[in-house]
Amino acid sequence: MSKIEIENFNLYYSDFHALKNISINIEDKRITAMIGPSGCGKSTLLRSINRINDTIEGVCTKGKIKISGENIYNDDVDVDFLRRNVGMVFQRPNPFPISIYENVAFGLKVNRIASDKDVINKIVVESLKAVLLWDDIKNKLRKSALSLTLEQQQRLCIARVIAVVPRIILLDEPCSSLDPVATRRIEELMMVLKNKYTIVIVTHNMQQAARISQDTVFMFLGELIEFNKTEKIFTNPLKKETSDYVTGHFG
Amino acid sequence: MRKTIDNIMEIIIFVCGMLSVVFVVLIFAFLFKESFTFLKDFGIVRFIIGHFWYPTSEPPSFGIFSLIMGSVLVTTGACLIAVPIGVMTALFISEIAPKGVKDVLKSLVELMAAIPSVVIGFVGMVTIVPIVKNIFNLPTGLTAFSGAMMLAFMAIPTIVTISEDAISSVPWQYKEGALALGATKWQTIRRIVLKAAMPGIIAAIMLGIGRVIGETMAVMMITGNAAHIPHSIFEPVRTMTATIAAEMGETVREGMHYKSLFAIGFVLFVITFMVNFLADLFLGKNKNL
Repeated sequence: MSKIEIENFNLYYSDFHALKNISINIEDKRITAMIGPSGCGKSTLLRSINRINDTIEGVCTKGKIKISGENIYNDDVDVDFLRRNVGMVFQRPNPFPISIYENVAFGLKVNRIASDKDVINKIVVESLKAVLLWDDIKNKLRKSALSLTLEQQQRLCIARVIAVVPRIILLDEPCSSLDPVATRRIEELMMVLKNKYTIVIVTHNMQQAARISQDTVFMFLGELIEFNKTEKIFTNPLKKETSDYVTGHFG
Repeated sequence: MRKTIDNIMEIIIFVCGMLSVVFVVLIFAFLFKESFTFLKDFGIVRFIIGHFWYPTSEPPSFGIFSLIMGSVLVTTGACLIAVPIGVMTALFISEIAPKGVKDVLKSLVELMAAIPSVVIGFVGMVTIVPIVKNIFNLPTGLTAFSGAMMLAFMAIPTIVTISEDAISSVPWQYKEGALALGATKWQTIRRIVLKAAMPGIIAAIMLGIGRVIGETMAVMMITGNAAHIPHSIFEPVRTMTATIAAEMGETVREGMHYKSLFAIGFVLFVITFMVNFLADLFLGKNKNL
């Protein structure tokens, strides 16, 4: 059984049909990249996996997304619990305007994962170490998270997600506001995280998809055009649209 | 030609801008001038901590401590009522209410700000005052508590409007980030939204207090105007503003009583100035975030 099974999934923003009958199976402990030109629905699809789209007015969906076999669009699903298990990192680093420490501890507190101070401390330190941020900031844990560089902020946002031990991590163009060096380093981090989590990343950077992912989804105008091993998508795609896009003819 | 118009407009705009500054300075100077000789003759300490306000006795006594306490009691009471209601309303409008309800509620709250204070005083006098008298079984319903309730009613629009702005300007990304970590809507509001909007909310509260402390008409009509130091919120009190308004007409120009009223105005000015100054400090802090 695949980790995430998307079955005939449709999404509408009021009248606009943004996702058309998408079906994909996403595997555990791999990085799956979603590529396609702006407005193709790749972010929308990603945001459907933790139902963060629910917060937008006028969104309605049809079809199923199953995680470990359970349809997350069932009426009895606890959405807050779902989001704890399906972490998300956003396009622009969005640390909260509180201290670095509190940013990581936030998820632990709201989900009542830990209340003991020592336990929280331990998880905060481990999470910051896991994203290779610990050495840079161990002396300023009480400083505002907004004082960090963009790359550090994005690492902090990843640490915040890891702290609540999700099963899946969704990344929505996580490097688009970072410089090439920082991008490189975040990519290396993702390669490490891949060993423990199911990772789905949306990117507009095709080289990035080629570098880090094992599977690639190519979308266009709300439709799934091709889903295959990354190698295959970039070297020998089945569809003409895919080959046009990956070779840079449009998009 | 264009250059000349440009220069003239610049001067006009400059003068208009300076006028407000000049007015504030002039008012301050005028209050100071009118009250200075009084404060010197009577003594500023005796004036502020004196317990007895008998301006027409022989010899007169000008202690405004009871008036200050009256103002403080009514203002504190009004804040205790207005702040929770105001902030909750702001939260409801910006975070919870659906679009249609939000617009209606916002304009209603703004409309509330436009009700003249004498009307509020009048309505309070015929509604709140008898209710307070009956419920708490008091000899009179003209109490600090009744005044506080009506003043809260006047402060709520200010608090709601300004804190609603502060709450709505919390970046959407913060909320999305919190929700994506599994926080419930209320946890997101309490731990992130309120925290981020706090400087603006505090400024809103300060401005609300500023409105309440300077209010005259409604308190004069509902608080009973007894110049004694209150022991509970269910006693009549007299505020500084009400004293000035009620007695100014009966004084002899340039007399001791006349000048003492200016001195009260001066004290009031200093208090509101400090409240506004604090509000500005918080608003400034908000911008830097």
